[in-house]
Amino acid sequence: MFKILRKTELAPDIWEMEVAAPQIAQKARPGQFVVAMADERGERIPLTIADFTPDAGSITLVVMVVGTSTVKLSRLGEGDKLYALIGPLGHASRIEPCQAVAMVAGGVGAAPVYPIARAFHQQGSRVITIQGARHKALLFWTDRLASVSQQHQVTTDDGSAGHKGLVTETLKEVLAADTQKQIGCVYAIGPTPMMEFCAKTTEPFGVKTVVSLNSIMVDGTGMCGGCRVEVGGRTFFTCIDGPEFDGHQVNWELLTARQKTYRHQENCAFEKTLNTRTG
Amino acid sequence: MPFFQKVQTQMNNPQKLPRVAMPERPPQERIHSFDEVPLGYSLEQAQSEASRCLQCKKALCREGCPVQVDIPAFVGLIAEGKPLEAAAKIKEANCLPAACGRVCPQETQCENYCILAKQGEPVAIGNLERFAAEYESEHGDCRPAPKAPPTGKRVAVVGAGPAGLTVAGDLARRGHHVTVFEAFHKAGGVLIYGIPEFRLPKRIVEREVQYLRSLGVRFELNQLVGRTVGVDELLDRENHRSYDAVFLGVGAGLPAVMNIPGENLGGVYLANEYLTRVNLMRAYDFPKYDTPVVRGKSVSVIGGGNVAMDAARTARRLGGQSVSIVYRRSMQELPARAAEVHHAREEGIEFKTLCSPLEYVGDDRGMVHQVRCQVMELGEPDDSGRRRPIPKEGEQVVLDTDLVIIAIGANANPTVTRQTPGLVLNSRGYIQVDHNGVTSCQGVWAGGDVVTGSATVISAMGAAKAAASDIHRYLCRGGE
Repeated sequence: MFKILRKTELAPDIWEMEVAAPQIAQKARPGQFVVAMADERGERIPLTIADFTPDAGSITLVVMVVGTSTVKLSRLGEGDKLYALIGPLGHASRIEPCQAVAMVAGGVGAAPVYPIARAFHQQGSRVITIQGARHKALLFWTDRLASVSQQHQVTTDDGSAGHKGLVTETLKEVLAADTQKQIGCVYAIGPTPMMEFCAKTTEPFGVKTVVSLNSIMVDGTGMCGGCRVEVGGRTFFTCIDGPEFDGHQVNWELLTARQKTYRHQENCAFEKTLNTRTG
Repeated sequence: MPFFQKVQTQMNNPQKLPRVAMPERPPQERIHSFDEVPLGYSLEQAQSEASRCLQCKKALCREGCPVQVDIPAFVGLIAEGKPLEAAAKIKEANCLPAACGRVCPQETQCENYCILAKQGEPVAIGNLERFAAEYESEHGDCRPAPKAPPTGKRVAVVGAGPAGLTVAGDLARRGHHVTVFEAFHKAGGVLIYGIPEFRLPKRIVEREVQYLRSLGVRFELNQLVGRTVGVDELLDRENHRSYDAVFLGVGAGLPAVMNIPGENLGGVYLANEYLTRVNLMRAYDFPKYDTPVVRGKSVSVIGGGNVAMDAARTARRLGGQSVSIVYRRSMQELPARAAEVHHAREEGIEFKTLCSPLEYVGDDRGMVHQVRCQVMELGEPDDSGRRRPIPKEGEQVVLDTDLVIIAIGANANPTVTRQTPGLVLNSRGYIQVDHNGVTSCQGVWAGGDVVTGSATVISAMGAAKAAASDIHRYLCRGGE
């Protein structure tokens, strides 16, 4: 179980892993996630299911190296096994009937956006994808995203590919151009600040904006409450009430602060892990 | 009475001797370590304590035990110097003796019924149970209890906590094929994620799980029933790997919050998360283990139950200089076991009673740094018979704190129940069952916290035993 069948480096420090998990592959729906552990001493971390193939009995995870747990995952090779993997967790995306959707994928967010964009595409919605990254080299799955989008726009912070600038600028243009109000929904998935600013961008347009929150978790089943978020003034558990929430209602300040709870400890551990590079 | 006569009388009536205290690690040493606090009896100490038992014909202690361990028999065997036989005797009724000897509230159960308690101190039944289990393990002679021949019937147990493990053990011994499904990567439930190492070492839980494996129980870890696989699929007769019966022992598992301002600040934990990080994920050994936990200097633990004591004592070991229990009633109503309160006090935990949080205040980084509390006083008794705490008009206190752990109980976790059509729940969201654990779904039983809400390890085991017997009868009837 949980054997890594295939591993590809999509961009520097961004890895795609196809993992054998037949039962999870059977049940997975777009928007859901898993909790994984690299080894026996590892942390339990949530990862969005980037794709799933019931016939092959596998799921695809995309891991960006940001700390100890992700570096450990990235060091596992084909044929190695994850120590633990549980899922599918959280609610699936609600693929509501609408004429058009705008999907904003920031950085590694391209992975979770893909199955959701595909589901909208399959039901006949017009999909407008805005894919952003800091630099050209960090873009991945552009072909895949383009294949399920009627319109696919790339932005980079430094202008090394596509439009030079932030995804929010392009998002604003897309919404302003939608004079017929065909876009029924915006999805924004990526780093927390990006999701926050996308939500702020869409607010004046009054378009429903869904974000997928990446809170810190332990069990992922509602048992610990570590992933508490405030949405519309109420407390929710990201793992069982989310991970998708109304971006206009999320208390972003609180989420950002909670994500930094362990920053100091994590940095120390990360440094130690990098220094013990095993090859 | 001359001294020699007194000694003579005591030797003839060992029950008149004082109870043999179990040696403990001194408080100053243990606040720096996660090693177990009580150190266990020697054989001599155990024999001496066991010889205090009157061997009552009508043993009330046994009636006080939710799983009906034959207490006089096993205590008698220890007195005779036969601890291995004593361990086997306990295991006829209880497959988790090393855990129960440590965490059962004996003072309100078996020991409360002991005749000796009327005039002095009851027999230390819990300590003796623990001794028998330890002796057996240390002497490497863990014999599986006798097992019935295979019946060919298959049972799925959902949740590897005290209830699930009990059902698994009882049914495996009756010859059924048992598979336990567990969402975490380790079996044991609250014994492994909740109860700290210094109260119940994890190697002991692992040993109890290993014993179940030796009885033929299979464990499927990382399986969230209701998500990875549904209860309906487990019972689906079309599926050649289906089960004849399902037991749900998934626990309460959704921590309660007070819905007051600041509850979601950094440094504010719900006890389940704090304890899971430290116990299951071993955050106390960070960075050797990867999971971090906030280490506070001034710690406020909200609540007065055993979980609150566990959290407070853990925080003390993780560098808490001033650790307080903040409880809204008085010491008299405190629900934690007396022994836990005693240990907590010895370790320097303070008790701020008649105090209820109103708000957590954060610093500019969004980390908690104060808790503002309402001072309470006690009014008339409520439904639970305890005096109701009522706010004392205009009186508030502010406590400086850099770590808050909320331990005020749990609600029902909907993961399994929501995904199981036809399963009738009560108004609080827990599963409705009869006295045998029978649910509204054919072939499905339930027991433990998922039925009662948060309770004790042993009450879950008691409910599980009743369910196991009923499942056995059902399977023998051919699943009708």
